Amino acid sequence: MEGTVTADAARVTPAAPKKKVSDRAREERKLAWMLCAPAVITMIIVTGFPIAYALYLSLLKYDLRFPDEKEFVGLSNYGDVLGSSTWWQDVWNTALITIVSVSIELVLGMAIALVMHRAIFGRGPVRAAILIPYGIVTVVAAFGWRYAFDPASGFVQGLPLISDSAAPLTERGGSLIVIILTEVWKTTPFMALLLLAGLALVPDELHEAAKVDGASTVQRFFRITLPLMKPAILVALLFRTLDAFRLFDTVFIQTAGANGTETVSILDYNVLINRVNLGLGSAVAVLIFICVLLIAFIFVRVLGTSTAQQRGEA
Amino acid sequence: MPTDANQQRELLVRRLAAKDSSVDLVGADVIWTAEFAEAGWIKPWAGLNRARATGDKLAGPLKTVRYKGQVWAVPFTSNTQLLWYRKDLVPNPGDKATWDQIINEAIKKGKSIEVQGNQYEGLTVWVNALVASAGTPLVSQSGKVTASDAAIRNAARIVHRLATTKAAPAGLATNKEDEARLGFESGRSAYQVNYTFIYPSAAEVGGGFQKKIGWARYPRTLPNLPSRPPLGGINVAVGNYTNHADQAFQAALCLAQPNNQAIAAEKGGLPPTTAAVYNDPKVKKAFPFADELRTSIQAAAPRPVTPAYSDISLAIQKTFHPEDEVDPNDVVQKLQDRLDKAAEGKIF
Repeated sequence: MEGTVTADAARVTPAAPKKKVSDRAREERKLAWMLCAPAVITMIIVTGFPIAYALYLSLLKYDLRFPDEKEFVGLSNYGDVLGSSTWWQDVWNTALITIVSVSIELVLGMAIALVMHRAIFGRGPVRAAILIPYGIVTVVAAFGWRYAFDPASGFVQGLPLISDSAAPLTERGGSLIVIILTEVWKTTPFMALLLLAGLALVPDELHEAAKVDGASTVQRFFRITLPLMKPAILVALLFRTLDAFRLFDTVFIQTAGANGTETVSILDYNVLINRVNLGLGSAVAVLIFICVLLIAFIFVRVLGTSTAQQRGEA
Repeated sequence: MPTDANQQRELLVRRLAAKDSSVDLVGADVIWTAEFAEAGWIKPWAGLNRARATGDKLAGPLKTVRYKGQVWAVPFTSNTQLLWYRKDLVPNPGDKATWDQIINEAIKKGKSIEVQGNQYEGLTVWVNALVASAGTPLVSQSGKVTASDAAIRNAARIVHRLATTKAAPAGLATNKEDEARLGFESGRSAYQVNYTFIYPSAAEVGGGFQKKIGWARYPRTLPNLPSRPPLGGINVAVGNYTNHADQAFQAALCLAQPNNQAIAAEKGGLPPTTAAVYNDPKVKKAFPFADELRTSIQAAAPRPVTPAYSDISLAIQKTFHPEDEVDPNDVVQKLQDRLDKAAEGKIF
């Protein structure tokens, strides 16, 4: 649903004609701004202010426990963060979890979307069943997976081929696998929904024409479905990558960052909430924000060129 | 309030840092005193109140309310860990057993030893006790390492040995107090170091399980030095921004009086901070091990009393986890490096 809106918008907006603006159009634009104003003002208050305040705090040496030592230190907090191996290790951990889980989600999500798209009977129940994991609170899901893999309470150790005393959450590889599995299980339905919206954009006539020309199912999927779905896929990837990069709750519940699974959000939690070091913690938060902006920027660039190309071809 | 001590702290810190005047009393974990005092979130005690707060208390808990020559709270309950063992599986280790001895005994019997090995406060408790039992506290008030390199290396050796031999229970690196209790109750372990709550819980296992449990003092690190068991508990402090300071001091004293300590012991299983309360028949009944408990609390080593406690604890946890990868050869360097960064307010 969201996917359709964004993809459509991306198609329509740049196509608006660059003619001389008429009086009516000007009036309409003014009205549009006035209608948007309440939302814009609310956004500035609830998101603009905190961001600006975090930027300000990140320039201070400010530890809640030592209020007397508060002073302006310029960019030195950023120097501390960027100069520490912990930050780069955590960026790498986060990137690893993000890339692996989003890739698996994309493949699985596509398969599920195709099933949902083609389902002839029981469409409603099928879609509802697939959506259940996404409807479960992340913290609850994280606990569920943690207990499943815990040697004291889990059923996983009882499965064939897995040692009875296996404790994956006590070592790095195992912890990363459990975290990624939880993420995949939890958010594949979201990916599938966005891709389903993309599938709906592919006209049936093209498939029929290709069939007449003798294209196989596989050829039609790679030559017709995928290229036409590219904007929807990129939007889905963008949403999921941004989400995955900010990963906090699953890791917090399952390892709390132990065994080398610390993500940038866990690091920020430790500095900001646990050590109450507002200056340094805000610097970490701002850096995470910049990373997220970068990811969004890259995706939007790719997305922009791809939609433009597509319009050219069509 | 959340049940987890760390989350309680986060919530209180947010409210006190915002100068919330509705916080009259603070039920503070023993490790918070220095941090809250340094930040000016709690009031120092003076005069008669101070005398009444400290008069009849045990030495261990008293150390946890003192910071920079002042008293900041009244000790209410205390806590310590004992070495619990299965009388039907292993002989009484006595009060002089070392970690190495019980590890050997456990390996011989094919059983494990339950500890708190998750990367959380419980791991700091264990490491602190291991180091302090070798003679000197781990860290000074200013956050500098005070223990000898040898003591830290030896603690790392014991942690690593337990984690890599057959005496390691499944999930050692993720177990907290309750997982340790469950592991002990499941019969996989012959020993566990844990707080007193495991004793009433054992009664619910059935099959006469509680009768199979024996207790001894926390294991020694070195054969020739008595152990310094961990010290937990709750102190009651007065919030600095309260509008009812006088009443708050009175309420804190009232809460912590011997009668209420006896109730907390009987109903809550929380050991008292006043020596005389241990002789109360109700307390004796709740804690058949009352004498061992009192001796242990008297001998206990508090965790570092320093305003940057959370940083220091995090540094210790990160250095000693995961236990099977702790290397006695580089542990001192790693710990020192993290503590230096903590002291300078840097990322580690």
